[in-house]
Amino acid sequence: MNQEIVIQDRPKYINPYFGGVLLGLVLLITFYITGRGLGASGAVKSAVVTTVDKVAPEHAEQNTYMKAFITDDHSPMFNWLVFESFGIFIGGLLSGALFGRIKKLRIEKSPNITNKTRLFAAGIGGILFGIGSQFGRGCSSGAALSGSASSSFGGLLVMLLMFGTGYVVAYFFRKLWI
Amino acid sequence: MGPLIPQGIIPMGWDFVIALLIGIAFGFVLEASGFSSSRNITGVFYGYNFVVLRVFFTAVVVAMIGLQYFDYFGWIDLNQIYVLPTYLSPMIVGSIIMGVGFVLGGFCPGTSYTAIAIGKIDAMVFTGGLFLGIFLFSEFFPFFEQFYYSGNMGSITIGEFFGISNNLVTLIFVVIAVIAFYVTWRIELRVRKNMTQYKF
Repeated sequence: MNQEIVIQDRPKYINPYFGGVLLGLVLLITFYITGRGLGASGAVKSAVVTTVDKVAPEHAEQNTYMKAFITDDHSPMFNWLVFESFGIFIGGLLSGALFGRIKKLRIEKSPNITNKTRLFAAGIGGILFGIGSQFGRGCSSGAALSGSASSSFGGLLVMLLMFGTGYVVAYFFRKLWI
Repeated sequence: MGPLIPQGIIPMGWDFVIALLIGIAFGFVLEASGFSSSRNITGVFYGYNFVVLRVFFTAVVVAMIGLQYFDYFGWIDLNQIYVLPTYLSPMIVGSIIMGVGFVLGGFCPGTSYTAIAIGKIDAMVFTGGLFLGIFLFSEFFPFFEQFYYSGNMGSITIGEFFGISNNLVTLIFVVIAVIAFYVTWRIELRVRKNMTQYKF
């Protein structure tokens, strides 16, 4: 029916292989300069530790997981991944502005589900990703992408199992997307 | 010779400035490739859009080849490159949890930041969920602390695990990537033909 209109509406993205080469070069330069790869979930971890440390400092000190990230000389927010993640946001802003994709606040979803369903699924998805990334020692950026690129066996494992699980469960959640 | 900061060639004071610049480049590429859209991303699971696979695999292959050549030319000391340590069972569990979260949420952490930047409310909720998830993990950590540290194999590389050289691993990756690009291109053509309502 109105397929042509739909195709014209398609936002202009760069060629995915070109994007992949650029991303690979960013990753390579990151390794060359810092000796480590990229990351994303680590910044949220710093934010969690900082918040708990501010609200209930004794509780944070007692928690065996969080206390490792608390030092007396600086805030947990003073961390490489926090600055890098803030950069991810700015980079997204720049690209969004350049390609005209920054618009008023909106929810992206399949036409077959309600806004409520989409936001509920997004929240649960975030919670699972938060928990999973701690067990996995990183998310798609830190473990799957940077890990695999530096030939880490764990990185490859996370990449294969994360996407593999996605394919296994995708059928059950298809209404969310198609 | 690299890596520059661990070798002291770039002073530590520049660390956070570089972090911000690298982040900007990372975020720009993610957004420009279309990762600020959850329906773009999840297309990889339903066959209507393989942009994730294309960008991801190309990036891994480029960085892998780059590192091997940098090593060959003597530009970088691979021994000083951080190799993510492998904790077998917790990593398996973590990846499965992340896989489900991926399909439900439609984002991964990095991509959700770029989606927030262009005004996606679902990405804000996803990031809120991340915060809550990591908080819950930390709170209940004592219950699974032993499991969290189990299966420690150290910083084992793919080559070491399979008993081959990492150069060969890189070559295998390239071959698999090229095959995957071709196969998914064919699948995408077929799936899209049957979709009339698809809008990114």
